[in-house]
Amino acid sequence: MSDRIATRFAKLRAEGRGGLVTFTMMGDPDIETSFEILKGLPAAGADVIEIGSPFTDPMADGPVIQVAGLRALRAGITLHKTLDLVRRFRESDQDTPLILMGYYNPIYIYGVPQFLEDAKSAGLDGMIVVDLPSEEDQELCIPAMSAGLNFIRLVAPTTDEQRLPVALNNSSGFVYYISITGITGAGSASSGNIADAVERVRRHTDLPVCVGFGIKTPEQAAEVARVADGAVVGSALIDSIAGSLDAAGQATADTVAAAHGLVAALADGVRRARDSGANA
Amino acid sequence: MKTLNSYRTGPDDEGHFGIYGGRYVAETLMPLILDLKDAYDEISDDAEFQKEMDYWLTHYVGRPSPLYFAGRFTEQLGGAKIYFKRDELNHTGAHKINNCIGQILVAQRMGKKRIIAETGAGQHGVATATVCARFGLPCTVYMGAVDIERQQPNVFRMKLLGAEVIPVESGSKTLKDAMNEALRDWVTNVDDTYYLIGTVAGPHPYPAMVRDFQTIIGRETKRQMNEAEGRLPDTLIACIGGGSNAIGLFHPFLDDEGVNIIGVEAAGHGVDTGQHAASVTAGSPGVLHGNRTYLLQDEDGQIQEAHSISAGLDYPGIGPEHSWLNDCDRVQYVSITDTEALEAFQVCSRIEGIIPALEPAHALAHVMKIAPDLPKDHLLVMNMCGRGDKDIFTVADALGVEL
Repeated sequence: MSDRIATRFAKLRAEGRGGLVTFTMMGDPDIETSFEILKGLPAAGADVIEIGSPFTDPMADGPVIQVAGLRALRAGITLHKTLDLVRRFRESDQDTPLILMGYYNPIYIYGVPQFLEDAKSAGLDGMIVVDLPSEEDQELCIPAMSAGLNFIRLVAPTTDEQRLPVALNNSSGFVYYISITGITGAGSASSGNIADAVERVRRHTDLPVCVGFGIKTPEQAAEVARVADGAVVGSALIDSIAGSLDAAGQATADTVAAAHGLVAALADGVRRARDSGANA
Repeated sequence: MKTLNSYRTGPDDEGHFGIYGGRYVAETLMPLILDLKDAYDEISDDAEFQKEMDYWLTHYVGRPSPLYFAGRFTEQLGGAKIYFKRDELNHTGAHKINNCIGQILVAQRMGKKRIIAETGAGQHGVATATVCARFGLPCTVYMGAVDIERQQPNVFRMKLLGAEVIPVESGSKTLKDAMNEALRDWVTNVDDTYYLIGTVAGPHPYPAMVRDFQTIIGRETKRQMNEAEGRLPDTLIACIGGGSNAIGLFHPFLDDEGVNIIGVEAAGHGVDTGQHAASVTAGSPGVLHGNRTYLLQDEDGQIQEAHSISAGLDYPGIGPEHSWLNDCDRVQYVSITDTEALEAFQVCSRIEGIIPALEPAHALAHVMKIAPDLPKDHLLVMNMCGRGDKDIFTVADALGVEL
């Protein structure tokens, strides 16, 4: 099993803080710019990196990620090219966990055994596949575990006490708690609800628990990182990229810096969270 | 596969028809899907529920629909004896209402307070808005912006019935995108909302449940044909978008070995042009909208846009049970172009006095292809699953007529 994820969360625990988990779409706004953004994320302060693999029909995503996916597809990204970016990232970074997030069909069409072999050798650590609940574990989750890749499970407010053990079965790496019922980029949950939810999930697993959906500002990220093992920021980051593009939707000189600037601010928030939490 | 004892036992408990079907949805929705499965299991062997269904189908929908001998059509083609199953005579003008009555009763039993639906041609949206009006539940219908443009009469109908119609501007702005948007609504409003899917697709139990509500078409046909001719039909033909009218007609006959069954997909501008909706004829298995089935997709697993003159067939997938029936060779899937369907639309209007919807016009076009070569005692049933009033603007446009 790839152990970069476990190593990274152990390190975060030793530092006494929650981590910053970032999500950016590979190929958005173009393949090279998305790679420049990806390459600079660890230096900007990302502790764990989710790389988005676009799908034409992202049924759990809000408008921001939908549009990013379309930009990426128009730029010619494919799952094969995404794994190439993983390989290039690993040339300069051997420690930061990389997790692919997307939908099942592109992986199914790639061919599951071939995908797992290529993903592992490229240096991917795990995957989050939105439309594969535990009922479909035979498809990818179990083959992924055998191939030494983590299968990170999404858990939602609708996942009740009875279902949590089912949903968490065969999960590894960490648990991604979706803090709201809704699509990506929608409103955010209150910090009190998040703390309770994280406690609820922790009663069923020893894996780190990261929280995402609706986290937009350094303050929100800090609040989440105070109670969870990691705060996931996606739509806000993609918004910052989108905001830097020219009228034709092309990258400008500001694009990479815009993304890294927001990550640095979020990382700063997350890093100060536990200190201020202790004083509060 | 051909030695199966029965083609009517699927799906299994996980919702699989062979490799097709399943439950490929986000975890947020999984508990809701499981609740629905429980509710579906409950009504499946509940005589009270069936009695209630029968009441509404008889008194509100107007069933049974006639099995009509299309005498002039038969005469003109000079071969097989052609019958139309007249589901276009149902309340709201299509077969869609059969399913909507069933699901609104399920939603009511589950204590749901709000109904959402997707629609392509607008027939399912109208049927959903209709039952929501009658049962007093608020209704939101997602409809692709392109479809709204070409199906204005149905949009207005839905609004008159009190439904909110939300235009979907994402993706290809047609049925598949409307379904994405409905799923996004459902994932957001999990507590009180019931998603009333209009076809035999989506995560289990929808393909099985919608089929069960539509098999009234085939059960009636079997009885009516027996009354008219004293035997089973020789050939069944129905058009296929998602495939709910087709499976409704086909399913009760699947184990009747002598019955030849044909599903007609939309070939749009032609299967070799890349602008069509023929998922079985020209697609490959993949995963979309909660199930594995034949899809139009590229080599990277991205879904391609479908094209058909008929908004109701303009979908890049097909119900999973059809994919399975194709693979085990029980049903033959063929395709008909926009042009052929338009021709059949006009012929049927002129010689039978029935303006068909563009969807069954595809099935009619295939009847016109094969009937002349069949013997005169060959009994052919075509499912007239919708009436064409909604399509007159599209047809006028295609024929260059200004209204």
